[in-house]
Amino acid sequence: MSNRLTKVDREALAWIAKGSTVLGAGGGGDPYVGRLMVQQILGDSGTVDIVQIEDLDHNALVLPIAMMGAPQVMQEKFPSGKEIPKLIEMMERLLERKVEAILCIEAGGLNSTIPFIAAAQMGIPIVDADAMGRAFPELQMVTLTLGGMGATPMAMVDDKGNGATFDTISNQWTEKLARALTIEMGGSAMVSLYPVLAGPSRDYLIEGSLSKAYDMGKILDEQKSAAAHVLAQTYAGRVLFTGRVRDVERRSDAGFTKGKLVLEGQQDFDGKGMDLSFQNEFLAGWVDGDLVATTPDLITLLDANTGGPVTTDMVKYGLSVHVLGLPCDPIWRSKEAIKLVGPRYFGIEADYTPLRVG
Amino acid sequence: MIRIGVDVGGTNTDAVIMDGSDFVAGSKRLTTPDIISGVRNALGATMDEAGGKVADVGALMVGTTHFVNALVRRRDLAATGIIRICLPSGSSIPPFSDWPADLVAGLEGRYRLIHGGYEMDGREIASLNEDELLQAVRELQAEGAKEIALSSVFSTVRSDMEQEAFDLITKAFPDQSVTKSTDIGRLGLLERENAAIINGALRPLASDVVESFLALAKEMDLQCPLYFTKNDGTLISAEQVSRLPVLTFACGPTNSMRGAAFLSGIKDGLVADVGGTTLDVGEVQNGFPRPAGTAVTVADVQTNFSMPDVISIGLGGGSIIDREAVTVGPDSVGHRLLEEAKVFGGSVLTASDIAVAAGRTQMGSSAVGDLPDLGDLVAAMDQKAADAIARSRTSSKSMTVIAVGGGAVLLPEELDGLPVVRPPHYDLANAIGAAIAQVSGEDSKIIALAEGMTREEAIASVVEGAKAAAIANSADPDTLLVLSQSDVPLAYLPGSNLAISVTVVGELNMKGA
Repeated sequence: MSNRLTKVDREALAWIAKGSTVLGAGGGGDPYVGRLMVQQILGDSGTVDIVQIEDLDHNALVLPIAMMGAPQVMQEKFPSGKEIPKLIEMMERLLERKVEAILCIEAGGLNSTIPFIAAAQMGIPIVDADAMGRAFPELQMVTLTLGGMGATPMAMVDDKGNGATFDTISNQWTEKLARALTIEMGGSAMVSLYPVLAGPSRDYLIEGSLSKAYDMGKILDEQKSAAAHVLAQTYAGRVLFTGRVRDVERRSDAGFTKGKLVLEGQQDFDGKGMDLSFQNEFLAGWVDGDLVATTPDLITLLDANTGGPVTTDMVKYGLSVHVLGLPCDPIWRSKEAIKLVGPRYFGIEADYTPLRVG
Repeated sequence: MIRIGVDVGGTNTDAVIMDGSDFVAGSKRLTTPDIISGVRNALGATMDEAGGKVADVGALMVGTTHFVNALVRRRDLAATGIIRICLPSGSSIPPFSDWPADLVAGLEGRYRLIHGGYEMDGREIASLNEDELLQAVRELQAEGAKEIALSSVFSTVRSDMEQEAFDLITKAFPDQSVTKSTDIGRLGLLERENAAIINGALRPLASDVVESFLALAKEMDLQCPLYFTKNDGTLISAEQVSRLPVLTFACGPTNSMRGAAFLSGIKDGLVADVGGTTLDVGEVQNGFPRPAGTAVTVADVQTNFSMPDVISIGLGGGSIIDREAVTVGPDSVGHRLLEEAKVFGGSVLTASDIAVAAGRTQMGSSAVGDLPDLGDLVAAMDQKAADAIARSRTSSKSMTVIAVGGGAVLLPEELDGLPVVRPPHYDLANAIGAAIAQVSGEDSKIIALAEGMTREEAIASVVEGAKAAAIANSADPDTLLVLSQSDVPLAYLPGSNLAISVTVVGELNMKGA
């Protein structure tokens, strides 16, 4: 295990934001706006403390903070900055105890930076862990669901100062109701959900996620076009394919961007072809018709020339890319987990087979 | 009818005279630090070459890098204050976030946030408050702001609040210059706001530039209207450019792409513009550059005004060859090519030298010398160019690559499997692109589809508005075509509403033509 972070300053945050785009597996939204918000609070010299979950008291209340809705709305309408203190006040009132640390629910994309706003504003530490180890599109797709933990009580606050709390019968209902209210609130809102105690949640969290995003950000920056191979080596993954995008098919369906990608092989993969399917994130990939990777393992595209991650929104015809396969956290490989986030949930007629390494 | 096109680039200033679609004369001169003497030199040489054939000039069309240079060099920028209409949202990321500190200091960047703005579906976040707005203006003025820029949340969906604020300010302070973000940028508040601030900062310079060109035209006895070319390849009047100078930021690549399409007669294809240091590749669709879809960084500031989608790589006539690594560029001898390249008696092996050695062109008189590795070096150069071509393609459809610019002779006859053509006057494509520029008109409205009105009828009414705007900009009514149109439904408003925007283009209506 590599070194764990203990403090995050402006520069470290930039690495985390960058690395989070690898964990975004093609989705998760642009972390730029979140990073700017944290920088605004931290200034030039402020820092956020990072703690490991094992260092917290068994009964310490840990609150995940995230942005819900369309990341594109946040490109235009920024939060007021008062949402998170209000969220935390609402949750503390509901739970009748004080929050001791903030948790990141989704280490991939925009939601990797949002919890830092909370930690910086409240002056409390952030836990070096997350509940996905990547990005996923729906609220119930978190490791805590596997631990039988509920998304509620959940609170939601908008930029105007409206707040709402949810008490629901299942995490699927929470997703449905919260999604509807987010739209009424203008398409994006700040949420706190899955409140947990440090001890009981530990077995279900993916530890070291923020440190991992930080390390990945550094690799991207230092290795440039070699990043895909270095990431594969470092994180027990594999470069699944190298090729040029020869077809992109995208459609909007029930709030998700779904589509397909066709790559024509280059370098080591000359003469071969790869198909990829996505729904916000990359879901599965086939080389010459053989399935080589599927969700929940991570499939990430990196620009073969610059090494920068390529999201499903920005992938374009003609781009040369490395397709990087990274293993998901082992917690996602149980039968129950595959039901929640495996290929069949997303309508792909294939069984999950763990990523072959080497 | 005679048109004169001028393109001021980083290294060269080109001028051409066109009679309708016929080339009459053209020259290339070095760009000078003061810009205008370089223009005078190129223009003078071109008019001399044309001899007596320049009577009755219909228009002078100028593409210039003045404004982008001022920003890059942080010079001639006005103190600009920004008012963002957003509260209660928006305060978590204030204006000027993520700007280079020296540029903010240079602009004396100050801001105020006030109530207002819209949700994504057109509902109001809050109402605009006149007192709050005018108080913000007074405070910014007291702090030294000469220019005011306005931005408003989702003003791309509904622009009325930004317009209302503009009207209120200009009514209360008739002498105050105000830039609206919706006149410039697209979705993405920070980027659009940045573009509006930059525009404000450049306005006083723009007025000076316009005056210096008008003075030069008078000095050269050119009694014709003066136009500038925009990023999209259409014209704006001298009066408009002094209000919206950022609209001309990327006119260089656009003019060369428009010129290439015109010279080759190919309306849909790829353009490879090879200069001394870089190769710029872009696609023309129906004779116009394909616009970029995402944020564009200008002088380290994120913006998102409409720019052509151009890939720029370090490959030009002056690119330095590394024989050991078998690479070409990105380092370049630049404008010192005529002294430093081997064919010109210098000591640096450049891309021009290997093009000469490979028999693709002739220049200079000195020998390049023995190059046993010539084949590998040329292959490396061609592979680099082919890669830029491949990245610029949006489909596997076969199309032609139009090579223009002084370094166009470097390119082989085929790139990424596509044929490469070099049209006549390829080295003056920029100025020719300026000379053939057309006029555009835009209109955007939110239309409530009342009973009996179809979507098509609503769009048609906006097309009429855009045509009227183009005619007001001196377009010939008989030549107008729709260049782009979009309609976005607005949900969560009573009734069925469409936000429609249309751009039309047409030929410039020449006086006396």
